[in-house]
Amino acid sequence: MNIRIVKDKAVKNIFLLLTVSSVLLVVLIFIGLYYKSVPILHSTSLSHLLFSSEWKPSKAQFGFAAFIAGTLWVTLIAIVIALPLSLLCAIYLSQYAPRRLTRFLNPLIDLLSGIPPVVYGVWGVLVVVPFIQEHVAPHFVEYSSGYSVLAGGVVLAIMIFPLIINILGEVFANVPKELSEASLSIGATQWQTIKYVLLKKSRPGIVAAVVLAISRAFGETIAVLMVCGNIPESPHSVFDSCYPLPALIANNYGEMMSVPLYDSALMFAALILFVIIFLFNAGSRIILNRLERRMN
Amino acid sequence: MINLAPHISVKNLNVYIGDAHILKNISIDIPDKKVTSFIGPSGCGKTTLLKTFNRLLDRQNDVRIEGQVLVDGEDLYGKDTEVTHIRKKMGLLSQRPFPLPMSIYDNIAYGPRIHGIKNKKKLNELVEHHLRSTALWDEVKDRLHSPATRLSIGQQQRLCLARGLAVEPEIILGDEPTSALDPVSTQRIEELFLQLKDKYTLVLVTHILRQARRVSDYIAFIYMGEIIEFGLTEELLLNPKEQLTKDYIKGFIS
Ligand SMILES: Nc1ncnc2c1ncn2[C@@H]1O[C@H](COP(=O)(O)OP(=O)(O)O)[C@@H](O)[C@H]1O
Ligand SMILES: [Mg+2]
Repeated sequence: MNIRIVKDKAVKNIFLLLTVSSVLLVVLIFIGLYYKSVPILHSTSLSHLLFSSEWKPSKAQFGFAAFIAGTLWVTLIAIVIALPLSLLCAIYLSQYAPRRLTRFLNPLIDLLSGIPPVVYGVWGVLVVVPFIQEHVAPHFVEYSSGYSVLAGGVVLAIMIFPLIINILGEVFANVPKELSEASLSIGATQWQTIKYVLLKKSRPGIVAAVVLAISRAFGETIAVLMVCGNIPESPHSVFDSCYPLPALIANNYGEMMSVPLYDSALMFAALILFVIIFLFNAGSRIILNRLERRMN
Repeated sequence: MINLAPHISVKNLNVYIGDAHILKNISIDIPDKKVTSFIGPSGCGKTTLLKTFNRLLDRQNDVRIEGQVLVDGEDLYGKDTEVTHIRKKMGLLSQRPFPLPMSIYDNIAYGPRIHGIKNKKKLNELVEHHLRSTALWDEVKDRLHSPATRLSIGQQQRLCLARGLAVEPEIILGDEPTSALDPVSTQRIEELFLQLKDKYTLVLVTHILRQARRVSDYIAFIYMGEIIEFGLTEELLLNPKEQLTKDYIKGFIS
């Protein structure tokens, strides 16, 4: 047989192997987490684990509701803050900004996404937390330490901001310029063209950007851990402290062997996080497919 | 040479993109309610010239435009010229059809809505009228609300024409509008142009000489960013005065 063809086959199979093993890795992580969670699943019912917020590891009380709520709240706040801002920013950069400005701003935005999370965390502690404590919270609640859902959301929003802008930039750049020209040539203004053509055409891409940003936000640990207060109670307002799942795992990983079932509980926390992200991605995949089908 | 009232009047137009001098001292009067074609080898600046007419060119970076383009006597590049009403005067057909990401109906209703028509009945009438005038109505009347991208390329191009007509332009600009189409669709577009020229001024870019001959009243031959020759179709094609034009028509330059 020709050596060329052998090579071709080999390359194809190697790629297949690589693809399969990366998928397999995900499955293995799931199995590993599940296996480690079995002890706690045996000792406590699933519904109690998910819906109770009793958290007393020393008394073998493990309810994750507060942590799940903390994770969801912080992520929600982050997206609510980051999405409109980054959408407007991406629209400005791709549609209005002169090239001199984008040439200067784009590297800055890239830089923003390269800053280590712990730096954002420190900045959150030094700036965001005191600001919320002194200037924001007093208008709404009697007392807040500033270490709060809102602080976590703000810090996280700033962290996912460059990610969303970058993806949206790509998405907008992929809309053919002739499409905008078609709208403009009818006498539409730039803004009408953006609203009715660009954003409409980009909708699947915008959804995809949000999905990626949320997935990233779910898992972000250090920065959030530093500003959220880490109190294992369900927050009643955005000015309350909370304790997201990744923070729980990171904070207690060192001592998990000293308390019975604690290690299993933390593995279960990781499993919850895994399942949330998995379900979330699967759900958005379905939405995306539907959007794309409707457009073509 | 041409004594008709000009609809578009170009005076000493120079266009630079970056450091390249793309259009060189172009002056031409495009007559009212006639078909004028620009012919010339690819890269000679036909698209660029067409885009100066509806102010789409200056959206690009690094473009410098000098000189005047007058439409109905109004200078497009004047200091406080408002562009949307100028663009509204001109329908645009591009090389490939680009239907907007919405239904067939909404594609046609897009322009009228943008310009303030909200009345449902009026919109329905407009949509039907323009689909009929582009011979699309019978083909699409049962699926007005399905996405325009599901139409064939030929139908899409006619839809784009109808979309442009729906804002009642005076001028139709076509940049090689049939280059992506099959022969039958091409023929239908050409027939539409012939019908439209009683009411509109048509400016057509084409690299197909036979097409230019079939549809146009006047032809301008452009070479390397300059207008080499401009005249009545038959005169220019059968009896060119410039050597470059002769060479191009004989197929020596392409
Ligand atoms: N954005 C651009 N940057 C640099 N050069 C360009 C740009 N657009 C067009 N040109 C140049 O301008 C010339 C004319 O282009 P064009 O008007 O598209 O020609 P035609 O439509 O006749 O084929 C070409 O030489 C092309 O390379
Ligand atoms: Mg061209």
